[in-house]
Amino acid sequence: MTTHVLGDTGVLTGRSLRHILRSPDTIITTAVTPIALMLLFVYVLGGAITTGSDESYVNYMLPGILLITIASGIAYTSFRLFLDLQGGIFERFQSMPIARSSVLWAHVFTSLVANVVSVAIVTGVALIMGFRTGASVAAWLAVAAILILFTLALTWVAVIAGLTAKTIDGASAFSYPLIFLPFISSAFVPTSSMPGPVAWFAENQPVTSIVNTIRALFAEEPVGVEIWVALAWLVAVFVAAYAVAIAMYRRKIS
Amino acid sequence: MTADKALQPSIRVRGIRKSFQNLDVLRGVDFDVRAGSIFALLGSNGAGKTTLVRILSTLLKADAGTATVNGFDVAARPGDVRESISLTGQFAAVDDVLTGRENLLLVARLRHLKNPDEVADGLLACFSLSEAGNRKAATYSGGMRRRLDIAMSLIGNPPIVFLDEPTTGLDPAARVEVWQTVRQLASGGTTVLLTTQYLDEAEHLADRIAILHKGTIIQNGTLAELKQLLPPATVELVEKEPSLEDVFLALVADGGETDTAGDDRSDSAVRVRKESR
Repeated sequence: MTTHVLGDTGVLTGRSLRHILRSPDTIITTAVTPIALMLLFVYVLGGAITTGSDESYVNYMLPGILLITIASGIAYTSFRLFLDLQGGIFERFQSMPIARSSVLWAHVFTSLVANVVSVAIVTGVALIMGFRTGASVAAWLAVAAILILFTLALTWVAVIAGLTAKTIDGASAFSYPLIFLPFISSAFVPTSSMPGPVAWFAENQPVTSIVNTIRALFAEEPVGVEIWVALAWLVAVFVAAYAVAIAMYRRKIS
Repeated sequence: MTADKALQPSIRVRGIRKSFQNLDVLRGVDFDVRAGSIFALLGSNGAGKTTLVRILSTLLKADAGTATVNGFDVAARPGDVRESISLTGQFAAVDDVLTGRENLLLVARLRHLKNPDEVADGLLACFSLSEAGNRKAATYSGGMRRRLDIAMSLIGNPPIVFLDEPTTGLDPAARVEVWQTVRQLASGGTTVLLTTQYLDEAEHLADRIAILHKGTIIQNGTLAELKQLLPPATVELVEKEPSLEDVFLALVADGGETDTAGDDRSDSAVRVRKESR
């Protein structure tokens, strides 16, 4: 049976990608809020913000906007998983001779594809708004790898939410604090401008190190130790969320 | 299949118990289902029928007791059990976003069949869904959804089929269609275990009927055997009046969205509805 893991995951991923194709609004709504925020910050608030760097403000805040895009995109993953659990289709899959983990992995891969598309749309709008970078191909790849790791880590958090939710609202509500997290980080204003305890929180929460790393990669500056802090956070969240999600899933299907 | 296996019952249940928190849902259930027969598990709501089906289809683990399906222990060899069965749950397990055809293709691919397209088209024809095949399942009527649901269960020709309350919520015409399907299945050699709360459904379909009440099987036998449990019938003379169901079925016999079971596939296992006009 395990020989079918890849094939089954592929078939099931094709199924949920088709769901997205039939309701592309899930991708559009994922991209609309970050784009609105970007317009607001660049054209309304940005003029009054001193970042202390020579970068244009759109360059400064794009990394944070991309993280917000992903944080709101994964809400749809738990939403889709929850709907599968609610309808009988999940039980049908479980009673069939398929690799059982492929049901979850299909949702994870679908989440990855959907978020890559949303992030590409938001990046495209940022380019129109004047985002510029001389980053090398290697730096672009590094940014892509960090964003993919961020998506995977948060997607497994979304799987936990989807598996445990009791209502459809609960399935996506978990993402609100995640969307909010970049605001209390170095994403929009330098942390040095915040009062003591807030600054301390901002400097020590994962978003700041991830934002700083992506910003440095785009600005062709050395990433320093921040990239290791960022990677440590991402891997830790990924491993923890994955372990919890799989344990819950096992309990659910046995 | 060895001769030995052919003699075994398709489903064998011994002393199955299951409780949720303090609620004893199943309190020692025993029965056998002969291969190729239709076995009805009759019980009121909350009698434990669905719990039992979920245990037999490896979705739930029993607290105690053993069950074998197609010769495989459900706890020890769940993978082999899943190869041998298919489950049609209480609520139609179809993907509303996909079309009927895509739903069938999905299951055919997950069952690793070599010719998913042929299988899908064949089943659409069998279940009079060819015309609706390219419409989203969300647009289907209750009866059509149930037919699609059952069609999905038949992909890969599993030797044992579980139908959990297959006609709950269906109108009388759709109900008769499902009955027809179940009979065709059994005549093709498939073992069918169905649960129902409708007495007439068990009476019309089942070779054997077991009554599940308060977590145990209180009676198990053929319809004739069960009838003998009561004192012999007294003979009364009554005028045979058609029941409302007879009237309804006669009136709607040539309508509905379910017609056009067009092509005559005598080789196929299932033919939902025979139009004799």
